[in-house]
Amino acid sequence: MAVFTLNINGKQQKVDVDPSTPMLWVLRDELHLVGTKYGCGIAQCGACTIHVDGDAVRSCQLPVSSMGDYEITTIEGLSENADHPVQKAWLEHDVPQCGYCQAGQIMSAASLLKRSPNPSDEEIESTMNGNICRCGTYTRIKAAIKTAAGQ
Amino acid sequence: MSSSKVAMGRRSFIKSVSLAGGGMVIGFSWLASCKQKEAHVAVAQELPKEWFGMNGFLKIGDNGLVTIYSPNPEIGQNVKTSMPMLVAEELDIDWGDVIVEQAPLNTDLFTRQLAGGSQSIRQGWESLRTAGATAKHLLKQAAADAWQVPMSEITTENGTLSHAGTGASAGYGEMAAAAAQLEIPEEVPLKEKSDFKIIGTSRKNVDGTKIVTGQPLYGLDIQRDDMLIAMVVHPPAFGMQLKSLDASEAKNMPGIKDVLTVDTYSEDQKRSAFDTSAFTKLVVVVGESTWQVMQAKKAVKAEWELAPDIENEMNIFGRTMTVNHPAGLENTKTHTSQMVDMGPQRAEIVRKDGDPEKAFKNAAKVVERSYSCPFLAHNPMEPMNFFANVTADHAELVGPIQTPEFMEQSVAERLGLPLEKVDIMMTRMGGGFGRRLYGHFLVEAAVISQQMNAPVKLVYTREDDMTHGTYRPAYRATYKAALDENNELIGFHVIAGGIPESPLAANRFPAGAVDNYLAESWAIESNITTGAFRAPRSNFIAGAEQSFLDELAEIVGKDPIQFRLDLLQRSIDTPVGENNDYDPLRYKGVLELVRDKSGWNNQDASKNRGVSAYFCHNSYVAQVLDIEMEGDKPVVQDVYCAIDCGIVVNPDAASNLAEGGIVDGIGHAMYSAITFKDGKPEQQNFDRYRLIRHSEAPKRIQVDFVQNDIDPTGLGEPPFPPIMGALANAMYKATGKRYYDQPFNAPQPVIG
Repeated sequence: MAVFTLNINGKQQKVDVDPSTPMLWVLRDELHLVGTKYGCGIAQCGACTIHVDGDAVRSCQLPVSSMGDYEITTIEGLSENADHPVQKAWLEHDVPQCGYCQAGQIMSAASLLKRSPNPSDEEIESTMNGNICRCGTYTRIKAAIKTAAGQ
Repeated sequence: MSSSKVAMGRRSFIKSVSLAGGGMVIGFSWLASCKQKEAHVAVAQELPKEWFGMNGFLKIGDNGLVTIYSPNPEIGQNVKTSMPMLVAEELDIDWGDVIVEQAPLNTDLFTRQLAGGSQSIRQGWESLRTAGATAKHLLKQAAADAWQVPMSEITTENGTLSHAGTGASAGYGEMAAAAAQLEIPEEVPLKEKSDFKIIGTSRKNVDGTKIVTGQPLYGLDIQRDDMLIAMVVHPPAFGMQLKSLDASEAKNMPGIKDVLTVDTYSEDQKRSAFDTSAFTKLVVVVGESTWQVMQAKKAVKAEWELAPDIENEMNIFGRTMTVNHPAGLENTKTHTSQMVDMGPQRAEIVRKDGDPEKAFKNAAKVVERSYSCPFLAHNPMEPMNFFANVTADHAELVGPIQTPEFMEQSVAERLGLPLEKVDIMMTRMGGGFGRRLYGHFLVEAAVISQQMNAPVKLVYTREDDMTHGTYRPAYRATYKAALDENNELIGFHVIAGGIPESPLAANRFPAGAVDNYLAESWAIESNITTGAFRAPRSNFIAGAEQSFLDELAEIVGKDPIQFRLDLLQRSIDTPVGENNDYDPLRYKGVLELVRDKSGWNNQDASKNRGVSAYFCHNSYVAQVLDIEMEGDKPVVQDVYCAIDCGIVVNPDAASNLAEGGIVDGIGHAMYSAITFKDGKPEQQNFDRYRLIRHSEAPKRIQVDFVQNDIDPTGLGEPPFPPIMGALANAMYKATGKRYYDQPFNAPQPVIG
């Protein structure tokens, strides 16, 4: 066990865990930030996507010991009042069915739009291919990303 | 105006309120506000000082806010929004003044709190509207008493009671206290369908804001003080069981509380349809945090041995049946040849019309084709999990379950508690697809909590989940058609089966449309466990049948839609046989609608289009799918979908559900399979188990509903099965090859 000071959603947070613990489980079990979801544990489904210095990263493969003072953003910290353009677009298109994968989808989409404010269809598809939606909301996700683009 | 008998009394309601309160103690609020005037603004509503219960389905606050309890489990089919809409419609309340709460399991108040069979709206259609109408009746009675006017002169609109003659007016909140004291009427009038204001209008998902902000909603999100985490280690292969356990290393790892073995059922426990047979003796690791338990799980040294034949007596919806799971380690290769070898001599005739033998003997041409599909894992994105807190005289269970009523019985029997000492609260589920009908994980959590004497959250890893069974069965079907010299269809023969059940629905189309018809079924026993998977059986047989009809249409030289319409017309004009399980007029209706909406008759001849139509779960769906080739890769472009499910309660959400079914169907037909080597599933996570991804989804999906006044029927399942046929038929147009064996992206066997 070791103590780590993490920079999460703009706040310093201390955790005492095994250094190998992935950020996914630090967020969920230690800090009770459960918006970041467990889906596969091998970076194949994208449900655990968070931002590290603005980039979308799969938190299930990210040991807490590697975080240093990187700025970590989770779905809970994406906006103050559900008013990030991607969240607004998600609500406008009423994207979710079961909703479980959507935090990861939103985090991937938000990072894509930061990097590329008006992405092509191909760019959306190749970026979002890492996020599985078992309910099949892919067409709505794409429409919502286009709505959010440029905002 | 119709009227409806009121089935609930106030006594049972009081019990429900105390139970509903119990749901709050898990540490986060279940409230879901409908007030999304501006979609992104989560409006903080001022809660009333006092709530007044009208009946078990709703309570009204002194400020006019209404809480509606949504009775059924929410698995992504959006009943948590659409079921309360039915209550709100008859109550005459502004949807913005409604708060939705998930109801716990309460068999006194609610019937069929189950997510399955696409039945929630169909079976709740009358009871939910009656609940709203009853409350409105009580409010009107209270106003009539207060104003000393006849109740018949009182009108309601958007939560306001009015009397035109005296100009009196009051909000529901003002009359709620008095209304709550009145006798519940025996019968109440229900609105004319033409007067609906909420039903038939699109309303956003009541949990939308919580979902996009990552608030706790799911079973896996539950946190409690002193809660332990438990994980299972089950045998690595079907047909194996635990021989011995060495947990010494695992027990000494950081955070680990214990490593134990758990029997899911007591020895002589009678099983129900939703109890499972696989891996009922488990090794369980219990510890403080998920990661610690995951690490200790790897350090468990278990020896496994071959399991004997298993014979389970099961109560399947009131019928006692013996289910056999023969010993042995099974292989997909063997399964495939076993299924090919199953012939008519080992099948059972399930329907016969006319003289099929003679028709085939006299045929000018006989067409025969076979179709197959593999086992599938449900793979909801949220792996199996459940929270249990079992004490000496009470069991509290919270988590994702599609069959709480059945599982309450299993848990009560296993723990030796009376039913009323078992409380189950359903969380929003990260998908279901049938997997969470089989609640062994709920029973396991309860037994672990009992043995540990502590609150426990049981968590399956993705691998535990994908290798645990309850798969969609593997199926195979052979179709034969007899054509006369004019290419008329004079005989039809289907012989279908699977491991461990047949997918055949013998009374469905084209039964009733062909003079000489024969349907036969066979089944092969297995120790690989299976269960209902979105649109059970239909999820294979629809695609097979619709691919065969497509090939037949081509052989007889007819347009594939016209070919189907002609057969359906035959079924309307002079139906063959009895018990035909479809309405050919409604079937035709969706085919005609999809033909028009897709521009089928004016299409560019170079388009690679496939059509398919199917009836299941009381609803009719027809689909047209277009493919373009990108190099040698087929890419799905547009999908047109026409649905007749009667009245559509929440149109945009209904479209979403159909879009999802279409993507799901394309994905599973194209990419997914569970295969076995020596009893062991060869796919254990998403690296080898392929699910459809963004770039493989259709570019556009258009959903159109037949407009009618028929009471609503199912929608969760019906759009899923037929798309597999439309895909296969479009793939043929695009590649020149017929696709008979799922998944289509795997190498197709050479047809002999």
